[in-house]
Amino acid sequence: MKYVDEFRDPRMLRGALDEIARLVEPDRVYRVMEVCGGHTHAIFRFGLQDLLPPNVELIHGPGCPVCVLPMGRIDDGLGLAGDPNVIFTAFGDMMRVPGSLGSPLESKARGADVRIVYSPLDALRIAQQHPDRRVVFFAIGFETTAPSTALTLLRARALGITNFAVFCNHVMIVPAIRAVLDSPDMRIDGFIGPGHVSTVIGCRPFEFIARDYGCPIVVSGFEPADLLQSLAMILRQLRAGESKVENQYGRVVPWEGNLPALRALAEVFEVRPHFEWRGLGFISQSALRLRESFDAWDAERMTGVRGVSVADPKAAQCGEVLKGVLKPHECKLFGKECTPSYPIGALMVSSEGACAAQFKYGQLVLK
Amino acid sequence: MCLAIPAQVSDFAADDPNLATVNIMGVRRKVNVALLEDDPPRTGDWVLVHVGFAMSKISDAQASEQLDLLRQLGEASEAVAEADGYDFAAEHDPLPIEPERNPQT
Repeated sequence: MKYVDEFRDPRMLRGALDEIARLVEPDRVYRVMEVCGGHTHAIFRFGLQDLLPPNVELIHGPGCPVCVLPMGRIDDGLGLAGDPNVIFTAFGDMMRVPGSLGSPLESKARGADVRIVYSPLDALRIAQQHPDRRVVFFAIGFETTAPSTALTLLRARALGITNFAVFCNHVMIVPAIRAVLDSPDMRIDGFIGPGHVSTVIGCRPFEFIARDYGCPIVVSGFEPADLLQSLAMILRQLRAGESKVENQYGRVVPWEGNLPALRALAEVFEVRPHFEWRGLGFISQSALRLRESFDAWDAERMTGVRGVSVADPKAAQCGEVLKGVLKPHECKLFGKECTPSYPIGALMVSSEGACAAQFKYGQLVLK
Repeated sequence: MCLAIPAQVSDFAADDPNLATVNIMGVRRKVNVALLEDDPPRTGDWVLVHVGFAMSKISDAQASEQLDLLRQLGEASEAVAEADGYDFAAEHDPLPIEPERNPQT
């Protein structure tokens, strides 16, 4: 029980757990979704579900950026990588995410010039170093990462670097939460709100959840004590019949967000009419694309981008897991055909994906 | 990629005020601090870094909490690898390739 006991000081968490136990009504089932993949990882890592009363269920939401990227986008990105003049750059997390014709890593093995970068600025630098090649940066991520891409594009424009292009797959967390709330087979009692996304967008964009759906949401930090305290705050609201946005992570998250980041986003990006999410299907106004004024740096305008939708393998039930309808281990492929070494669905790739987290830490608690 | 890595600011590039040299778990690298322009960090301040950009200023106590959390999540080595990989500002000021170990961490 290494992962459950090693780092947890029961005394530190006892206060929050006692309060949770007091707030829970025995004849009611509470379904609370943590939206952020970082929270999912921490919840599995610290075995928090096991500490909760049996009628409090944590549902793992769609906040893992590599997990929600559909196959068609990966295929399109790798289509660009197939051009021998292109240097294709992406974060390390992307390398093993399966498209219908393989992952970026497999593409590299077949001879494409695929390179891992740790910052979009690294991709821009590669473009400066190779003026005769075209450098494509495969941009993914929620609002935490999008400002970095925006500032990199502003820098490319300021420096007049024209052999750099971004294949933009940035998505927004709020439309994903709305899709979960509108999904007919879902019932969520409260949300643990994302920590680092909220440093950028602030807490205000979540107000509709409390106002229109009557659902409490508490923006939370990542420590076990943070997560349990946030859960207690949600249960307190439910007990009092309230629904509001609260900020448990106020020591890092300003209520209004990061204004320079929001200004950069607004200058570079516009909202797409619709975007496909792996497992969730098309969600309207849920993703960002480059504004027309950045056409010269938009990889989507390059030849080779087909923009087709590619279905996930039929047997994989990623969509149900992403929406919290199924637990990871209830998927037919979990731990059999689909493992972190040979992922079929993207949820098995990233440590923030519910399936990979459960595979790594949750084996002992499977019922 | 979704790591938020605590880093302590040590100085700023002479030719670019948005470029700060920071110490990330013993690795000295440059990061971009343009997103903090409304409340710029100073030498000695701690920031949370994400893909090469400082996203927020944090207190010393929060920095050490965040370092502990990364260790507990098994992501400390990933964070060092990420910081080590930041290459975009290497030409500004050649930094030691071997990471310096910070005695405080």
